[in-house]
Amino acid sequence: MRESTIMKIHYGTALAAVALVAVHILMRLTQGFAESLEYESVLANYKFIPYAIMLELILILLAVHGFNGLRVILIELKQGRIYEKAVSYGCLAAMIGLIAYGSRTIIMTNMGLV
Amino acid sequence: MAQVSSISNEQSPTAKSITLKILRYNPKHDESSQFMEFDVQYEKWTTVLDVILDVKKYFDHSVAVRYSCRQATCGSCGMIINGKPKLACFTKISELNSNVVTVEPMKNFPVIRDLAVKFEKLFDSHQKIKPYLIRDDTELVSDEKEFLQTPKEVEQYIQFANCIKCGLCNSACPTMATDSSFVGPQALAQAYRYVADSRDKGKDSRLKMIDDSHGIWRCHFAGSCSQVCPKGVDPAMGIQLLRGYMLGFSS
Repeated sequence: MRESTIMKIHYGTALAAVALVAVHILMRLTQGFAESLEYESVLANYKFIPYAIMLELILILLAVHGFNGLRVILIELKQGRIYEKAVSYGCLAAMIGLIAYGSRTIIMTNMGLV
Repeated sequence: MAQVSSISNEQSPTAKSITLKILRYNPKHDESSQFMEFDVQYEKWTTVLDVILDVKKYFDHSVAVRYSCRQATCGSCGMIINGKPKLACFTKISELNSNVVTVEPMKNFPVIRDLAVKFEKLFDSHQKIKPYLIRDDTELVSDEKEFLQTPKEVEQYIQFANCIKCGLCNSACPTMATDSSFVGPQALAQAYRYVADSRDKGKDSRLKMIDDSHGIWRCHFAGSCSQVCPKGVDPAMGIQLLRGYMLGFSS
């Protein structure tokens, strides 16, 4: 993928994440902060499908943006063909792993496994 | 091994004196670099290059320094003067307001010896961005006029045409300090100079060239390059304008 395409995704995910995290924070303010972190309250959020979709989107946006940022930092620190390939694929794998782990939590909750 | 030397004879009544510290290093023989100190006299018009040449003339002819035009046109005498990248021929001692003047080779360039650095990478990057007008119809046929431009079209790029390839911007760039493969502000600003030129038709090939993992996207807009340019070029702005082309804001 061309670097300009990657960076367009990088900027796009940053803007979208700011918007969705703002909605997420506003939703948290509808109830007391401590109350919103209670186990039952978190489970209820995961079971409310539109909100769960938004959380999933935030996870994807932040994972894509964050791991690309990490890739950029690492390739600026050290150079070399093998090193850069390892960094790129390593960050991609870590990003997929994090998204899979977060999605698993939401899916398991909705299937009644938690 | 620091050395203190001074010119004692033929002192002018208006001359003042400073300590010039030159960082000496020969990669072929020395394990590490070290400063040598010289007491030198200066007048209000004396430049840093003048005092370095005085040192070569009176104290130590082995001090290596690259220079040519002495009028900020050739871009040969770039060095770090009191911690900032400057042209030695364009920096007066009296402007520095310091009794100690320290000169070091430019950062982010391999040292040949003392103050002389290798420019190969700078010139390679410059050459890579095709620093010339690209057109299919470069051969003029009879009854054809030269490529005319409006003053507004010239304004788009003219300041970037003032680049003298002295390398001070690359020396000041914080990205170049860690990313040895980064194309650098000099080449990027020159890429913009030709992309923004209404006569040029090579935009796509140039944009493709700088669109890689060590290309234009590695600039963090620190702006150091623009601060140190002795010719008033603003490479940081050129890079941001070039990004406008890459992101589709400009065409």
